[in-house]
Amino acid sequence: MIAFFQPYSLIWTRINALIIKEILAVWRDKKSRLMLIAPPLIQLIILSHAATLDVYNISLGIYNEDQGWYSHEMIQRIKGSPYFKNVYEFRNPKDVVRAINTQQVIVSLQFQSNFSRLIAAGETAQLQMTLDGRKSNASQIVTGYLNTIIQDFNRDILTYQGVRLPEPLDIEYRSFFNPNIEYILFTVPSLVAILSMMLAQMVTALSVSRERENGTFDQLLVSPLQPWQILIGKMIPAMIISIGESTLLMVVGLFLFEIPFEGSLLLLYSSMIVFLLAMVGVGLFISAISHTQQQSILGSFVFMTPTMLLSGYATPIENMPHWLQPFTNLLPIKHFFIIIKGIFLKNIPAYEVWVHTWPMALIAIFTLSLAGWMFKRRLE
Amino acid sequence: MVGHPQTAIQVKNLTKTFPGMEKPALEDINATLRPGIITGLVGPDAAGKTTLIRLMAGLLLPTTGHIKMLGFDTHMDASSIHDITGYMPQKFGLYEDLTVFENLELYAKLHGIKGDKKKDVFEKMFHFTSLKPFVDRLAGNLSGGMKQKLGLACALLSEPKVLLLDEPSVGVDPLSRRELWQMVQDLIHQGITVVWSTSYLDEADQCEEVLLLNEGKLLFYGPPQELTRRVQHHVFQMDVPPEKRRLVLSHLLSRPGIIDGVIQGNKIRLVCSPTFPQSSKDPAWHSIKPRFEDAFVDILGGGPGGTSVLADHIPHKKTSGMSSIQANHLTKKFGDFTAADNISFSIKRGEIFGLLGPNGAGKSTIFKMLCGLLQPTHGKALVSGLDLKTATSEARSHIGYMAQKFSLYGDLSVKENLNFFSGVYGLFGQSRQEKINQMISIFDLNPYLNSNAGLLPLGFKQRLALACAVMHEPDVLFLDEPTSGVDPITRREFWNHINGMVEKGITIMVTTHFMEEAEYCDRIALIYGGKNIATGTPDELKESVRSKTTPNPTLEDAFIKLIEHSDVYKKERGGE
Amino acid sequence: MIQFSWERFWAYFQKETKQIVRDPSTFLIAFVLPLLMIFIFGYGVSLDAKEVPLGILLEDTAPTSRSLINAFLGTPYFETRTGYDRTALLEDLTAGRLRGIITIPLDFSKNILRGTPAPLQILLDGSEPNTARFVLNYATGVVSNWNVQQILERTSSYIMPISPEPRVWFNPDLNSREVLLPGSIATIMSLIGTLLTALVVAREWERGTMEAMMSTPIRIQEMFLAKLLPYFLLGLGSMTLCVSLSIFLFGVPFRGSFFVLLFATSLFLLGSLGLGLLISSATRNQFVASQISIMTGFLPSFILSGFLFEITSMPWPIQALTYIFPPRYFVTLIQSSFLSETPKELLLPNLGALAIIAAVFLIFAAMKTVKRLD
Repeated sequence: MIAFFQPYSLIWTRINALIIKEILAVWRDKKSRLMLIAPPLIQLIILSHAATLDVYNISLGIYNEDQGWYSHEMIQRIKGSPYFKNVYEFRNPKDVVRAINTQQVIVSLQFQSNFSRLIAAGETAQLQMTLDGRKSNASQIVTGYLNTIIQDFNRDILTYQGVRLPEPLDIEYRSFFNPNIEYILFTVPSLVAILSMMLAQMVTALSVSRERENGTFDQLLVSPLQPWQILIGKMIPAMIISIGESTLLMVVGLFLFEIPFEGSLLLLYSSMIVFLLAMVGVGLFISAISHTQQQSILGSFVFMTPTMLLSGYATPIENMPHWLQPFTNLLPIKHFFIIIKGIFLKNIPAYEVWVHTWPMALIAIFTLSLAGWMFKRRLE
Repeated sequence: MVGHPQTAIQVKNLTKTFPGMEKPALEDINATLRPGIITGLVGPDAAGKTTLIRLMAGLLLPTTGHIKMLGFDTHMDASSIHDITGYMPQKFGLYEDLTVFENLELYAKLHGIKGDKKKDVFEKMFHFTSLKPFVDRLAGNLSGGMKQKLGLACALLSEPKVLLLDEPSVGVDPLSRRELWQMVQDLIHQGITVVWSTSYLDEADQCEEVLLLNEGKLLFYGPPQELTRRVQHHVFQMDVPPEKRRLVLSHLLSRPGIIDGVIQGNKIRLVCSPTFPQSSKDPAWHSIKPRFEDAFVDILGGGPGGTSVLADHIPHKKTSGMSSIQANHLTKKFGDFTAADNISFSIKRGEIFGLLGPNGAGKSTIFKMLCGLLQPTHGKALVSGLDLKTATSEARSHIGYMAQKFSLYGDLSVKENLNFFSGVYGLFGQSRQEKINQMISIFDLNPYLNSNAGLLPLGFKQRLALACAVMHEPDVLFLDEPTSGVDPITRREFWNHINGMVEKGITIMVTTHFMEEAEYCDRIALIYGGKNIATGTPDELKESVRSKTTPNPTLEDAFIKLIEHSDVYKKERGGE
Repeated sequence: MIQFSWERFWAYFQKETKQIVRDPSTFLIAFVLPLLMIFIFGYGVSLDAKEVPLGILLEDTAPTSRSLINAFLGTPYFETRTGYDRTALLEDLTAGRLRGIITIPLDFSKNILRGTPAPLQILLDGSEPNTARFVLNYATGVVSNWNVQQILERTSSYIMPISPEPRVWFNPDLNSREVLLPGSIATIMSLIGTLLTALVVAREWERGTMEAMMSTPIRIQEMFLAKLLPYFLLGLGSMTLCVSLSIFLFGVPFRGSFFVLLFATSLFLLGSLGLGLLISSATRNQFVASQISIMTGFLPSFILSGFLFEITSMPWPIQALTYIFPPRYFVTLIQSSFLSETPKELLLPNLGALAIIAAVFLIFAAMKTVKRLD
């Protein structure tokens, strides 16, 4: 009985020793412990608030040649809108040009001198809007806000003028999962995924190249540890550290930012393990091909930056061209974004989690085998 | 202000304390170094040698006191000092991604050497270093000895008035070491002042004056002969039967009054205290001329004794006749280059086998193939009958390995390192804990248990590295330049353990550049140009080069002569 | 005053340049990553939504409702799918296969025809706020327009009092690529300026070459400048690559002055280099240097620069933070340089801010670079 079990416990003792060592290597030193905790927390706090494509606090310029009531009322309505913060009134068309050129305002409205007269006469008055195309996203959104204000005003004017209008369409909206469409509900779960991904990858990418630079790698290779055992011994600590990291970030998200959590923790953690395994595989691969720590760091960067851009975090994947969209399926984080947001906000069913987990599992198998193969190759 | 012509470097009331350290790294040092000579800087590990050299180079500021280099104060005139000194740091900063020529040129330009003068100086340096054939090679691809020479050449280019060398000969083979020494000797004739820090005491012996530091204090300053005189008439040598030499040494060292003892081939060298009773001296002992190392060990309070607690705890291994390590026609090719060419030998159980050779001759390649870190292109390396490259972890758990540089986990504590290595070698439960505790008590690691291994004094690093390598009681121990840069006392302690273990039937495979260390070997293979050019006991090798001009060759003489005899010498002298 | 020697400077400069040319990872970060990013921004990532999957839950099948659906089908912004089963559509919304559902209730057409309020519900997936906002705004717009059309068809008795006439300057199609491509240059410059320099200098410390250099007669100013210049030129080279690709491959117009672009890039690079040198001499360790470079160089250029995310929409403490980091000023300048002629009022304050920040970083870095080990 004992003889039967001994080989297994022996392997376990060996791998276990390696795991403890790896964790201590990052956790024991005060500086690197700080690097593990402080930057992700700061990033979570800043990024969760900064990364919004929404547009608020808009500055708007007005050049009004019209003395009448209609332009005055229009301006009041704009000032009353929650989106517009600064409304500058200019006396000179040159000032308008300058204000846009210098980005003092993003949009300016020009009321011509006959604006009120035309409206009062029941004719159409043109309202010129000049937008700063250098801020393409903001301009688009601002146009939307202004159009809504104008249409409401139009309807009211017509009513004043005694036109009997059919009742307006009563459009109401309901936003599921995020009633007030708050960005932070989106950014926090996304950042949990991004930051733990970066950590998992960095820790593994550096772990082998650091041992190479310090000369301790030979020491591991002459020990009874088999290459696959070394790989496992490098994987598990990175998994533990990055799962710990994401737990910390989630706790901050849930309690400090009060992000709702609707779904199942079990589903979240099991899919997270698959996701992080895939990233650890990438990290190990980078580690296997790098000679120095500098190469590991820069290599991770060259992988991470495009990943972030194509992940759907910064800009929606639907906006990408059709031919590119299938390629984003190769990025584990794309799938995990769907899962983590789904579980946090939507309580998506296990089946949906599975739909996005198996591609990650395939990627994990691929990256880990690639890393293992590269690793073995470099040992020869 | 110009200093007195008889003073090159003046160190006055110098104390240097680093923040966070209890004891000063250097305390109240006073010395007046003469121009035009080599002053040796010696002392055990952590004595403050590097700190003193850095202070002289103006890279550190004294806490109190001052240093004047040719009249320039290191604090006030650091830039003038940089104009007149050449400095070679221990970890020499060659740009490994620049070629030999580019490195030299960088230093030449930084020192404002140009035109015809540059040509002359370069010619001289190439001649000096015999680096001419390698000018276009990347510095990173040079062998250790060549790197060291290039480093020295870079420091010498500017024809400095003062040359500061911090352990320039660590890791350099005896041949290159001799050439290096010759280069510096030539400079002395041009009136340059040299400060040479070293842990090779045969070098100190040849210095005109020596500064001996211990724990930040100046123990001795003067000509080395003056220090050596204190052990005059107390140094002896005796012949011993080769198979008993380790036991005899161990026995002798445990006798009171014996200060120091080392193995020199089939002889034992002893230093006795002046109070050692005349009557207990063996008639077979004949008095010999003392050397600096004898006095050094004496002034530092003697060697570490002769017994190894470690070996006492190791059970006897079976010493069957079967060979323990076997190299069968080992060949390794890197592209067109043959690093190891058809190497064969076999090592018996309980034997110390040394692998010697110049830098880049291929001995690391052979060593790595034997312990399974490299795959041979042809041939086979067997350890206890098993090929390590393909063998199971079971087979690998029978070997121990101690790398060239300190390669434990520097950012883990002593305890954590012990835990790690015991675990990796499959110890667990009660026996694991017992083994760890045993190692702690044998190597006296208790005071450092929770310190980072990387911050230990070198001697303790050495102990820890050995502890980690032998914890699982291996049958075969691989040592790659185990005591390079280590002071003589720590080296003796180390070899005590090795000797003790060999007596228990453990096989040792060692590479070294250090002839003192090679003397401990039972047999030596001399590797050169990827080939095994001589195998034999240390005395056999010495004997093979005995001639009229060298009636009493040392092992170093043998090393150099045998290489000179080798016909490949002229063609292939070079690195990997 | 210590004599500055151009020869020593030149020697160190040459050494640094050779190292840059020989290290594959330098090449990777200075040319491969920029190429990747330019292609991603040029071909891939876009802020302009189109063909967002939208579901229409049709409970009312009268012609009026049909005409509303046609209005949705006619816009390029949505890819509309009509359904009759509420549960199925909601499932798709939850799974992210639909980003919004327009519910047309049973008595919709009846109400319209009768002139009584006709409720219309838009259901959104709030887990994607960007898309949710977009769907809300555009769907509302489509419905309003449709409603106006309906009114005009039935009663052509009146006209709209105010008709908005939007004119977009600099970028009439509001194509986000023309904004993102120039903006991404800031990120690339800060990677070269800060991350690469920090790593390279930290490596000199780790390998001990710094100690050897310090004991030579090279003056600190010479070393400092000779270290800066090669990375500065590398940055300009990488910038030229990015700008040429943006203009010639992706057709982003360049209306400003190349001189301004060059000047702004130079100031920005100097600031980034100063930061990189400061980080590396403060940490002397590659891992820590890389982490701090990411925090202070890369992320601000990405997040706090206004190139992707509108700075005015951020909470005030974060807005305040953007003023400390140079990318904000640089992105403004570079985006203007591409799309417009940059007016003096925009030019001077931003250039001034860049110059001041660069000076501060460089002075601190120079102070921190001492020819001593302790």
